[in-house]
Amino acid sequence: MKSIIRNGRVVDPKNKIDKKVDVLIENGKIAKIGESSQFRPGDVTRSTVTIDAQGKVVTPGLIDMHTHLREPGREDEETIASGTRAAAQGGFTSICCMPNTEPVIDSVSGVKFILATASQEGVVNVYPIGSITKGQKGEELAEIGKMRIAGIVGISDDGKPVMNAQIMRRTLEYAKMFNLPIISHCEDLNLSLDGVMNEGFTSTVLGLKGIPRQAEEIMVARDIALAELTGGKLHLAHITTRRSVELIRQAKKKKISVTCETAPHYFSLSEEDVRGYNTNTKVNPPLRTKDDIEALCEGLADGTIDCIASDHAPHLDEEKDLEYNIAPFGIIGLETMVPLILTNLVSKKILSLDQAIAKLTVNPANILGLEKGTLSIGSDADLTIIDLNLKKKIGSQFTSQSKNSPFIGMELGGFPVATIVGGKVVMKDGKLI
Amino acid sequence: MVSRKKKVIMDGKEISWTIKRMAHEIVEKSYGIKDLVIVGIQTRGVYLAKRIAREIGSIEKKEVPVGSLDITLYRDDVDSIAHQPLVKETRIPFDITGKKVILVDDVLFAGRTVRAALDELIDFGRPRVIRLAVLIDRGLRELPIQPDFVGKTYPTSKKELVCVNLKEVDGEDSVVLREE
Amino acid sequence: MRLKHKDLLGLEYLDKEEINLILETSRPFKELFTRSVKKVPPLRGKTVVLLFYEPSTRTRTSFELAAKRLSADVLNISASTSSVAKGESLIDTAKTLEAMKADFVVIRHSMAGAPQILARTISACIINAGDGTHEHPTQGLLDMFTIWEKKGRLSGLKVGIVGDILHSRVARSNIWGLNKMGARVYVVGPATLIPPRIEDMGVKVYYDLDEIIDELDVVNVLRIQVERQKENLFPSLREYNEIFGITEERLKRAKGDLLVMHPGPMNRGIEISSSVADSSRSVITEQVTNGIAVRMAVLYLLAGGDSQAVTK
Repeated sequence: MKSIIRNGRVVDPKNKIDKKVDVLIENGKIAKIGESSQFRPGDVTRSTVTIDAQGKVVTPGLIDMHTHLREPGREDEETIASGTRAAAQGGFTSICCMPNTEPVIDSVSGVKFILATASQEGVVNVYPIGSITKGQKGEELAEIGKMRIAGIVGISDDGKPVMNAQIMRRTLEYAKMFNLPIISHCEDLNLSLDGVMNEGFTSTVLGLKGIPRQAEEIMVARDIALAELTGGKLHLAHITTRRSVELIRQAKKKKISVTCETAPHYFSLSEEDVRGYNTNTKVNPPLRTKDDIEALCEGLADGTIDCIASDHAPHLDEEKDLEYNIAPFGIIGLETMVPLILTNLVSKKILSLDQAIAKLTVNPANILGLEKGTLSIGSDADLTIIDLNLKKKIGSQFTSQSKNSPFIGMELGGFPVATIVGGKVVMKDGKLI
Repeated sequence: MVSRKKKVIMDGKEISWTIKRMAHEIVEKSYGIKDLVIVGIQTRGVYLAKRIAREIGSIEKKEVPVGSLDITLYRDDVDSIAHQPLVKETRIPFDITGKKVILVDDVLFAGRTVRAALDELIDFGRPRVIRLAVLIDRGLRELPIQPDFVGKTYPTSKKELVCVNLKEVDGEDSVVLREE
Repeated sequence: MRLKHKDLLGLEYLDKEEINLILETSRPFKELFTRSVKKVPPLRGKTVVLLFYEPSTRTRTSFELAAKRLSADVLNISASTSSVAKGESLIDTAKTLEAMKADFVVIRHSMAGAPQILARTISACIINAGDGTHEHPTQGLLDMFTIWEKKGRLSGLKVGIVGDILHSRVARSNIWGLNKMGARVYVVGPATLIPPRIEDMGVKVYYDLDEIIDELDVVNVLRIQVERQKENLFPSLREYNEIFGITEERLKRAKGDLLVMHPGPMNRGIEISSSVADSSRSVITEQVTNGIAVRMAVLYLLAGGDSQAVTK
């Protein structure tokens, strides 16, 4: 099976490509990249499927390293099938799913379940993240080694922090053996207790209990110190504050093994957006201030922040349509991530297109140790085609089973128009194939 | 809503004579001023009530009690209070039970204001009789309400406005017909 | 002049003219209480639902009386008795009220933002009777009315709010209202009970009441809750009383015409001493009377809709 993508502007940060070239795909692998003139007659035959990417950008398949697929246990909110479809819609060819399902993925059988279901029903590549502790209870280490053999690409107790520093230390040491990144959710539960939004003037005016930024920063500092102590591979999930970025910047200068990610809502919305009590602004960590947004942009531009990941967290309407205090935290994000990055970072010249794509391709691939995120010859033919000029208003219909998004009604510019996994087109022009 | 002046229906002198005549009529019909009280409807009805009371006082050489009634809370169009949301003073410093009440207003039109005033008055007590005195009756009644004492009857059309100006409020005494 | 929104969700959303309108309109309603027939008909045929998720005798009966004196029909729904206890969501309760064609819903809820949910779900006029620690607008209004009646003005007065500001919706509503009307607001309390960045709301923060007691024209005393002691927000009620209690001794340095207010219910002997509560400076009982008048004014003004000419 051959296909060729013609006339697109190919942006491959790993291989430092940003030019108008064609891409030949054969048997699910990248066979050749070059200008049209460089192709021999035999390369393109009548049976070769041609995809015209005129005026569009062609990138390695995008990777979202932080999503919640809710299966097993909450198939009402999302399933591996619907979540991967949402990923395809959003332009992603590979996603990592977090283990805080019901039951928690803390053993080989759980990992096998995810992989089996994904291979049968998933539309894009799914890489499971295993939990750090059994049941994510924060008490005993899970069988990390066995899970690694079964196929996890990282470990996390995401949804919760590992409050016990000793356990975090042991994890960093132990996981080092398997070259597994530990994805840490940084939150001091005693400081954040019952809080529902960022602590500050807005929380005072709205009468909502605040989560002080120190709840995140203290744990970021702690985890960095433990990474320094152990040499383990630390990755900090959803960074949101100026000081967190600064701590990571300093740690990297000292060559401590730490990487981090942020989510699009943290540089697109602020605590001001909580006014009106729309529960689709309720996320953990919470939306912060405009100054933090500036710091995140600086961190993204200077490379302190390595990746952008959605933290896609589906919830049902009935669950979100409640009083702000009791509504669950979390919003979906797979289908809005690319347009938010293009509108709020690339168009605003905070990141170049190449830098932005790196945050979604080569960088997460490196952290997770995946041979993805590039268009090198011989690599898997995972590609995303993006139309930078496509402007759309985000509607209330999503491919995801849930609709809890604060971006409904927002007009954004730059959307993926095709998603190709292993050479197969799984999404074209906004429709799943 | 812009209106322009069409005609002066009554000037200051006419108003003065009319009030004198009405005062006499009231005393006549009430067989004197025993148990007589005067209640004016806010706003201009109150000033007219005071003037009528003064006239009666000089006729009978005795004072007649005067009260004021704000009917805003009794109107039948609460949904459209926007024009007069502020409730002015209702002051009835005497018992009205068993009394002969003369209710005074400046203009009688649809009759809704008087209807509201009657409802409010009855919440204060049980008068022996209530009679209505108005300076101008402009017709176009929407309720079965008739005045007992009229200054002047002046038929009008719905497009016209009748405005009573009083020295105490407007600086001059006149009744003016305006058109929208 | 009329109110600009169909709901009263908080004093944050009212402007000075609207607050003035409510205060001015409260006067004739208070006058009604002296009549033998205390009822007037403007809300005749209208249905007022009192939806109280939190128990409250004081506020609920105040609203009930206000609505009844305007001749409205009143429906009482309290959390313990209804489908609410069976776990019906707020949205579903709202839709039920809409189906019953309620004209007004007065809601008291333990969580901030609950009235907003109602306001955007149903077409009835929503009145916030207290939502978590967010606002309690009618309390703020009746507090201002009380001060205005006694002092003749609000502008330029120095008003101190003393107590657990952090958890107080009454404090927040008072701050919004008083600032808009030109008063100067001071909040006093233990540092652990002062909300973050409250100065940005336009108030001065003091931890020592004795420092400013002589300057205040009004002191509004908030109730201190015993539960807060368990959360390590202050060590004991005894200590609280020593440092922040409004006692005769503390008021010795205060102005002779200082007004003492309290939203109730009082913890006599803790935040306020019995003798002060019953003294001539205290307007606490008048606040209760004023509460009915102010709530009548609010219901009355919210009932006003599109303007039409008055026919005589």
